Amino acid sequence: MGNPKTLFDKIWASHVINTQDDGTCLIYIDRHLVHEVTSPQAFEGLRNAGRKVRHPELTLAVPDHNVPTTDRSQGIKEEDSRIQVDTLDQNARDTGIHYFPMNDLRQGIVHIVGPEEGFTLPGVTMVCGDSHTSTHGAFGALAFGIGTSEVEHVLATQTLVQKPAKNMLVKVEGDLHPGVTAKDITLAIIGRIGTAGGTGYVIEYAGSAIRALSMEGRMTVCNMSIEGGARAGLIAPDEKTFEYIKGRPMAPKGAAYEQAVEYWKTLPSDEGAHYDKIVELDANDIIPQVTWGTSPEDVAPISAVVPGPDDVTDAGKKKAIARSLEYMGLVAGTPLEEVKIDRVFIGSCTNGRIEDLRAAAVVAKGRKVDASVNAMVVPGSGLVKEQAEAEGLDQIFIEAGFEWREPGCSMCLAMNPDRLEPGERCASTSNRNFEGRQGRGGRTHLLSPAMAVAAAVTGHLTDVRKLEIV
Amino acid sequence: MDKFNTLTGVAAPLPMLNVDTDMIIPKQFLKTIKRSGLGKNLFDEMRYDDNGNEIPDFVLNQPAYRDAKILVTGANFGCGSSREHAPWSLLDFGIRCIIAPSFADIFYNNCFKNGILPIALPQEDVDKLMSDAERGANATVTVDLEKQEITGPDGGCIKFEVEAFRKHCMLNGLDDIGLTLQQADAINGFEAERAASQPWLSL
Repeated sequence: MGNPKTLFDKIWASHVINTQDDGTCLIYIDRHLVHEVTSPQAFEGLRNAGRKVRHPELTLAVPDHNVPTTDRSQGIKEEDSRIQVDTLDQNARDTGIHYFPMNDLRQGIVHIVGPEEGFTLPGVTMVCGDSHTSTHGAFGALAFGIGTSEVEHVLATQTLVQKPAKNMLVKVEGDLHPGVTAKDITLAIIGRIGTAGGTGYVIEYAGSAIRALSMEGRMTVCNMSIEGGARAGLIAPDEKTFEYIKGRPMAPKGAAYEQAVEYWKTLPSDEGAHYDKIVELDANDIIPQVTWGTSPEDVAPISAVVPGPDDVTDAGKKKAIARSLEYMGLVAGTPLEEVKIDRVFIGSCTNGRIEDLRAAAVVAKGRKVDASVNAMVVPGSGLVKEQAEAEGLDQIFIEAGFEWREPGCSMCLAMNPDRLEPGERCASTSNRNFEGRQGRGGRTHLLSPAMAVAAAVTGHLTDVRKLEIV
Repeated sequence: MDKFNTLTGVAAPLPMLNVDTDMIIPKQFLKTIKRSGLGKNLFDEMRYDDNGNEIPDFVLNQPAYRDAKILVTGANFGCGSSREHAPWSLLDFGIRCIIAPSFADIFYNNCFKNGILPIALPQEDVDKLMSDAERGANATVTVDLEKQEITGPDGGCIKFEVEAFRKHCMLNGLDDIGLTLQQADAINGFEAERAASQPWLSL
């Protein structure tokens, strides 16, 4: 027996091709996801250098950021968006990588498509030119975002030059209260460690509250690792993981699947493995969370009031809070539940999966979106949309007054026409509340799908636990 | 990638925490399929008003800083997205060195791929350089990568850390992909072993 190892240590060690004197490693990349925004310059770089894609079969591409969520029969209206998607079409055809074009049923947000197709597997290294690649850590895959130069590097060599991260353990023990979800866990964690708390680390999430989450919930938690500064999040694979993967189109089948499961069972961290930092949360202490500022760390329980510069001592933080409040149009001391909302967005790679839509529909059922609010539901993929429609969720949303849209990233980052107008305030299930993120001058409050519906039907931020569920 | 050896230029102060990639280059400018031309949209929402006019107070709009080559800023610079458009826009503007107490990981990495040197320093050193930078065009700073030294306008010298491999690549303007392809035998060997031990990974 060697030294006890973490899940991260094991995946890392099994992918190192060589190590230089300063600790820089060349690591192998098993799976590569591509979307239209961060890839055109990478393909162009390959072409200019006369290089080929080394393993087209290990790359899966799908357009998601620019696609319209309304009728697509006429294609994309905005010229620059259309060119970017057309460029991906062309690059995918030229190189032979897996590709789901805009009108394919399997099209969707890249981080929802990967797991759906069984492309995401435990123990693999997985990258994408997108910081929310951390999502796939829910399967026990070492998955992280990279820049376009690295996208080109992976296309050309199926490897990356990297240094190992440090290990952080975030343990959440206990049972969640009803109405509290994976999104509330991840927001509470970011509130605790701060938006740079995970810089330089891979976060492994553990504890009974994490194990109790569905695969969808685990993906929500890992998705927002980057909002806590960590490039990757990880959750040990277990029976739920194996069951989720079984039978998916690109997952191993039959004997290969059985062989894979045997290997996957060896991945969880060993007893006594070393972590450089350990953070513990009690699930009982977590109530629905909502952000009030312009960084994901600007988060509070829904029962709280908007904080102010006087609540902190650090001069830089005082300034940052003052700037946030000015941008958000909020006054310190205002109860969060009194903050009125103009728009509601349910979707994104954080909360655009079927379980999220079910949780939202439970609250929406039999209620009406407040007359002052415009609310939309954007399924994370064509398959999520199809499943939701089979369950009648679309009808619940439409009857309640939500718009029911086509799949894509949509108003999470507003690269398509779905965006906030200056000053509009949005309750959003997405992952970033940065200035201008959902549209110039737009104001974002991050929260769970159930909380987003509660805000939609009351017209203001609301503790969903106060609404009677029928 | 252009080599980076020494850099002398005006340092612009941007004393803000958690400057995110949406601030550095908002998403509407990510629709390009080119790497070039993004400098005019660097910090777009802080730099221009709703009508596209320059906001005079913003540091890079001030005469002293229009040709800044160095940016001095707050902790966790570059947090958020993996968009390499962030370093592309900085580079296109003319910024080749960023000094801060800390950086977000992906952004930090992306800088080196584009010949931009991100330097993490203790807060008190950043504070000193920030006050130097606030002196404007009279305050030129020299960054020497070989010696790992920053020389301020008053001649004061600050040492900084950089990983040996990254330094080597920056000094020589090396193409990462070219270097990796020299290790083709090792990659081939790894793939053969992987195909045998974890056959389910092949697609």
